[in-house]
Amino acid sequence: MDWQSIFSEALQQGLGPVAAVYCLAAIGLNVHFGYTGLLNFGQAGFMAVGGYAVSSFVATWGLPFWLGSLAGLFAAGVLALLLGVPTLRLRADYLAIVTIAAAEIIRQTIGSVTLLTYFGGQDGLQGFSSSFANLNPFSGPVGIPGVVTWRPYDFWTLLVCWVLAALCCLMVWALMRSPWGRVLKGIREDEDAVRSLGKNVYAYKMQSLMIGGLIGGLAGIMSALQHSAINPSFFATDTTFFAYTVLLVGGAARVLGPVAGTIVFWFLISFLDLFFGQATSGTNPLIPDWLMNSNQASLVRFIFMGAALMLLMVYRPQGIFGDRRELAIDAR
Amino acid sequence: MPADEVTDPVTAKQVRSSAGATAMPPETAPARPQVDVSAARAALRDVPHEPGAPKPDPIVVVDGVRRTFGGLTAVDVAHLEIQRGVITGLIGPNGAGKTTFFNLMTGFDRPDEGDWSFNGTSLKGIPAYRVARRGMVRTFQLTKVLSKLTVLENMRVGATGQHGERLLRAMFAPFWRKQETSNTTKADALLERFLLIKKREDFAGSLSGGQRKLLEMARALMADPELVMLDEPMAGVNPALKQSLLGHVKSLRDDGRTVLFVEHDMDMVRDISDWVIVMAQGKVIAEGPPDSVMGDQRVIDAYLGSHHDQDISEDMEDKIIAQAQAEIDDDNSSTAPADVEGEHRA
Repeated sequence: MDWQSIFSEALQQGLGPVAAVYCLAAIGLNVHFGYTGLLNFGQAGFMAVGGYAVSSFVATWGLPFWLGSLAGLFAAGVLALLLGVPTLRLRADYLAIVTIAAAEIIRQTIGSVTLLTYFGGQDGLQGFSSSFANLNPFSGPVGIPGVVTWRPYDFWTLLVCWVLAALCCLMVWALMRSPWGRVLKGIREDEDAVRSLGKNVYAYKMQSLMIGGLIGGLAGIMSALQHSAINPSFFATDTTFFAYTVLLVGGAARVLGPVAGTIVFWFLISFLDLFFGQATSGTNPLIPDWLMNSNQASLVRFIFMGAALMLLMVYRPQGIFGDRRELAIDAR
Repeated sequence: MPADEVTDPVTAKQVRSSAGATAMPPETAPARPQVDVSAARAALRDVPHEPGAPKPDPIVVVDGVRRTFGGLTAVDVAHLEIQRGVITGLIGPNGAGKTTFFNLMTGFDRPDEGDWSFNGTSLKGIPAYRVARRGMVRTFQLTKVLSKLTVLENMRVGATGQHGERLLRAMFAPFWRKQETSNTTKADALLERFLLIKKREDFAGSLSGGQRKLLEMARALMADPELVMLDEPMAGVNPALKQSLLGHVKSLRDDGRTVLFVEHDMDMVRDISDWVIVMAQGKVIAEGPPDSVMGDQRVIDAYLGSHHDQDISEDMEDKIIAQAQAEIDDDNSSTAPADVEGEHRA
């Protein structure tokens, strides 16, 4: 058992570009769900329109990269508007239904054969990230030798992702300490009460949906750039639920909740993967073959992850940063 | 809230004193001068004790407001005026449509037909948040405090015209910090008055039922409303707190505000209302000062049923049953069930 490589690789994942992308997605969800109480189950849809806008602008239409990025953000904002107009006046559950359906519609449409020439069908698109890669100032492996290192392009994307995540956190912090953020939290608690105090609840919910959607779109753009490729399977429903997990692990309605959540979540999930991988490999494995073989090892981590999540919800439902006093109120 | 909507002289003065910005709330919450309410009460002396009686200085005028749920007519008010500057009680048996009437007036529900006005401008089709901004703020029968916000934050949400509630300005504290400070001062003064100052930093969800009622009332006052509509302010409040709540409701009137409240507690109604409106089965059936209304035969009938003072002899019972049966046969399903129920409830 090579503990050093397990920790090193787990850390590489926990701080890596994938974790950073999920951090962005979860920050968006935090604005929706954590602060405003909007049940958006279609964050993957916002990511998809963002990611596909940038990749198709560059790969299909040959437009500049920066224009594609702007288009990605714009498309995410438009999607928020489209989803919000019919649903935000209704009860919270309608938004949940509409968003999860919309995300699937987007994914199926983008992957369809009819649009093959634009979006590349199920194979997706490649070769759109060279402008972004050319900006990469790193050439050799980056990191702390012996502890954790990344390939240059990975480090470049993770750096950009984390900087964007930091900026988003800063924005969320600035917004949520303001009277505007207070109205959002009020809407989460009881929207009729807020309405009776003269606040236009619908407009606030729409603003929240758009801000969280834009951050989701940003996550989609970074996801496409990080893989240097894009295809519909990136944006399946489990992407949304991973983002929710990240958010809940860290603690909803906390500015740094998504950051802590994503690091812990991706560290643990790759730690378990590496651990069981090593424990079932070799001639005389730690875990005997009749109990678990190496094919099963990579799936067992999800069982453990699920169990760990359940324990977390039972013993620390407020997440890492959550406030226990708030829970006491729910119990009443 | 534009300044031209502020007719209350006290509020208007506060707005002028605050650095020129029309939407700025007062810098501090000053001790409100005692307004002489005797004039307003005296004006009610000549008002006839009839449903829909015209008042000398109405703040709210309702015309032909009707709301039906399926076949049931929940509210059907032909004409109603509410006098400015006094406490008006709205009473009636369960299911009389009082809360629905509140919802209709404040834009939380929409009537099938009818029109109503506040300070002379129609509120028909105006969304709830705009109704509140015009100075007509309500509370709820089941208190709606924002549980996971502190008591102070609850109060701050109530303030109107906050610059920091605009998305683009919200990110930069200098735009709203000064206003926030003045709102906090105002909130503290109200919390002091409503005996919640010690709970200032607690989550509103940790308050008791009575304290929530107090908080809701105090929060409504953050908006400096002209008309405060209280939906059952005494429900679920212990007797000790009730006395202090009564005092608070009276103090609203003494500030120069108009109060309309729904209540079941008759002692309270008698104690604090200047005028009482009685609803039953969606209609206004009686109006008048508390003592005259409570002796009104229509009111007693509505509350207790028309046969409450007679022993039901067999003869009588047969008659009632026959009468009821006839009515049922008359129009099998078209009549709203409530109409039949009232006749033979004895």
